Amino acid sequence: MGKVRGKSGILQRMGPLVGLILIVFILSIINSDFLTVGNIFNVLRQVSINALIAFGMTFVILTAGIDLSVGSIMALSSAFAAGMMASGTNSWLAIGVGVLSGTLMGTVNGVVIARGKVAPFIATLATMTIFRGLTLVYTEGKPITGLPDAFGMIGRGYLLEIPMPVIWMLVAFGALYVILKFTSFGRHVFALGGNEEATRLSGINTSKVKILVYSISGLLASISGIILTSRLNSAQPTAGTSYELDAIAAVVLGGTSLSGGKGWIVGTLIGAMIIGILDNGLNLMNVSSFYQLVVKGGVILLAVLLDRSKGK
Amino acid sequence: MTDLLTIEGINKSFNGVKVLENVQFSLRQGEVHALMGENGAGKSTLMKILSGIYSKDTGSIQIQGTESVASSPKTAQSLGVAIIHQELNMIPDLSIQENMFLGREFEWGRTGFINRTRMRSEAKNYLQQLGMDLNPDSLVGELSVGQQQMVEIAKALSMNAKILVLDEPTAALTKREIEKLFQLIATLKTQGVGMIYISHRMEEIFQISDRITVLRDGHYIGTRDTNVTTMDELVQMMVGREIKERFPKVETEIGEERLRVEGLAQEGKLYDINFSVRAGEILGIAGLMGAGRSELAKALFGIGKYQGQIFVNGKPVAINSPANAIKAGMALITEDRKGEGLVPDLSVRENLALPNLRSLSHFGFVSHRLEQDFVDDSIKKLKVKVHHSGQLVSSLSGGNQQKVVIGKWLATQPKVLILDEPTRGVDIGAKREIYDLMNQLVQKGVAIVTISSELPEVLGMSDRVLVMHEGRITGEFSRENATQEKIMIAATGGKSHG
Repeated sequence: MGKVRGKSGILQRMGPLVGLILIVFILSIINSDFLTVGNIFNVLRQVSINALIAFGMTFVILTAGIDLSVGSIMALSSAFAAGMMASGTNSWLAIGVGVLSGTLMGTVNGVVIARGKVAPFIATLATMTIFRGLTLVYTEGKPITGLPDAFGMIGRGYLLEIPMPVIWMLVAFGALYVILKFTSFGRHVFALGGNEEATRLSGINTSKVKILVYSISGLLASISGIILTSRLNSAQPTAGTSYELDAIAAVVLGGTSLSGGKGWIVGTLIGAMIIGILDNGLNLMNVSSFYQLVVKGGVILLAVLLDRSKGK
Repeated sequence: MTDLLTIEGINKSFNGVKVLENVQFSLRQGEVHALMGENGAGKSTLMKILSGIYSKDTGSIQIQGTESVASSPKTAQSLGVAIIHQELNMIPDLSIQENMFLGREFEWGRTGFINRTRMRSEAKNYLQQLGMDLNPDSLVGELSVGQQQMVEIAKALSMNAKILVLDEPTAALTKREIEKLFQLIATLKTQGVGMIYISHRMEEIFQISDRITVLRDGHYIGTRDTNVTTMDELVQMMVGREIKERFPKVETEIGEERLRVEGLAQEGKLYDINFSVRAGEILGIAGLMGAGRSELAKALFGIGKYQGQIFVNGKPVAINSPANAIKAGMALITEDRKGEGLVPDLSVRENLALPNLRSLSHFGFVSHRLEQDFVDDSIKKLKVKVHHSGQLVSSLSGGNQQKVVIGKWLATQPKVLILDEPTRGVDIGAKREIYDLMNQLVQKGVAIVTISSELPEVLGMSDRVLVMHEGRITGEFSRENATQEKIMIAATGGKSHG
């Protein structure tokens, strides 16, 4: 949230942005292909899938929770949508059902965590496994293909030269930014993460806030899943595996605290872009994908360590 | 006689803010030296420097004549300094002997295997030195708070502590436990242990200490021999001015019944609670720690299931959540400001607005203008000292934080206001402002239930006093009839009515 608390607050918040600019600067010097309009859009399109999941994850992490099931929610909800489309259902209806199912999976997480009082890590670890299993059951372990051509528009189309996934990402970003910054629900999310007991004693239904937050995470995971399915022109039973980790990394890189109550969604967008640009830049430099993992992990660790030393 | 401890010219700043300036203190062998001052006076900073948690900027600390720098709690221990904290640092699931020798267990040689026989006999030995007949194998969690504290003192002695810091040692103790503690302090004096005694309780300080040093705003104000000074002199030293009237109680017109509780019970915590409060009345609830006072406040506010009936304005209400209680017209200011009252990472503005967001929002969107007006108004009315309302609430002093907690509830316009330890950790000036606020509220017809461990406060501010003991009401006194003695008898289980 763009809530600036004092001068040091501004500086602290600018950290991720400075990091992003630095990486862009270095890569543009090393490789002249990097800073071209075509490549930038290419990067943003790759970023959009992770960014959408990470936006939802930001809400969850702000309440001091975690959602490990997002990758599985992506796979199961998009499998539902693809299955319906493949058997001739109207695409819009199928997408609606897919997104709704993903939201409900998030609601299940929220209910287990808020009402069942299960630790978020454990609860979503379990549902991650369950939803992945259900995806394999539903798809019989095979990709779902034969999707209508028009559906491809969502993930592969362009609007005024801008790739559609980027449009979806920006729309979601705008909406979530407003919710987090300007609504009382957004305020409740921060308060809950900062001090759950004080929030509850202030007469706020903390269970409801938690359930909503996980539902939002499920909603965004399923939207991301639909876009991925459209881009690949098929629903893969193993789609989204380990995507939760990239999403968590984006949130943390953006400066949101894993202990809740502190952070902002702008940072998450920057964090997702840092991860995406790093992937793209290392590809352009022909770095082997094995080394890419090492570099990516190293950058995440470095960023968090820098953030730590600043906070003290 | 050489001094056990000599502290001179200590300076300490945090982020450029001076918290200690040229502070001095000394301690003789076998002496109890009380350290007094309002919150924020610098007592705990000084003790943290002594025990190696903070480092001093400049100044000298001499222990038995040699310059000593405790760079960590561990080195402080080896220098013979031990602190008995307000919150006890024991592991409830371990036994007395395991706690006493935690981290320095006796082993069979260096095998890593614990020599239980030796640990048990050593523990027994130290306990007996202090006249305590406890089984070293009992779990610490099964002991009373008073016993735990004594075990902690025994632990300090087992580490050869020469300088013992007792931080508010009696806050959680019953009268009998306090007597036991004082006997133990007398024993320690004969053994030559020097004790620094931090407390807000004047009576105790006069009973137990040899000398008294007062700090104010990080400055050393003075040291007095206990047998020549007076309470008035000390208060003036602490506050820097004379406090004319500690409790500015006003007479109000007592109106209709606001809250009535019938047969309220909570499994294992509360039994058969009956009482009522009227508009314009302040009902004080006294009792010792663990008597069930905070549990009662929380039950009224919808935390935990209860049996029995609650009536607000004569109508029965079912209260099963704080949201529900607020709707019924109640507000609770909890005793645990940090844990339950405030969200430290949010600003003063956001904290004040938290329970009032509904009335400050249009269609779920918080109106910046409404919020800012409300917040500016609250800050002015409550005289909260802030630079700006966007400041983090955790950066305020205790008294100002408490005003923010009160402010966030006043706007909900409660009919019944429950205050749990409203002035704990608040300095004398801010206390007075909180009392004034209570007066304004009752004059407007609010009914107040106030829980306090400070008897003078209960007596000074209440129209009526209830006393609780082990989850039951054991006494009820009118303002005219209530005395400290009667309340203490009821609070320790003797049934009496006035």
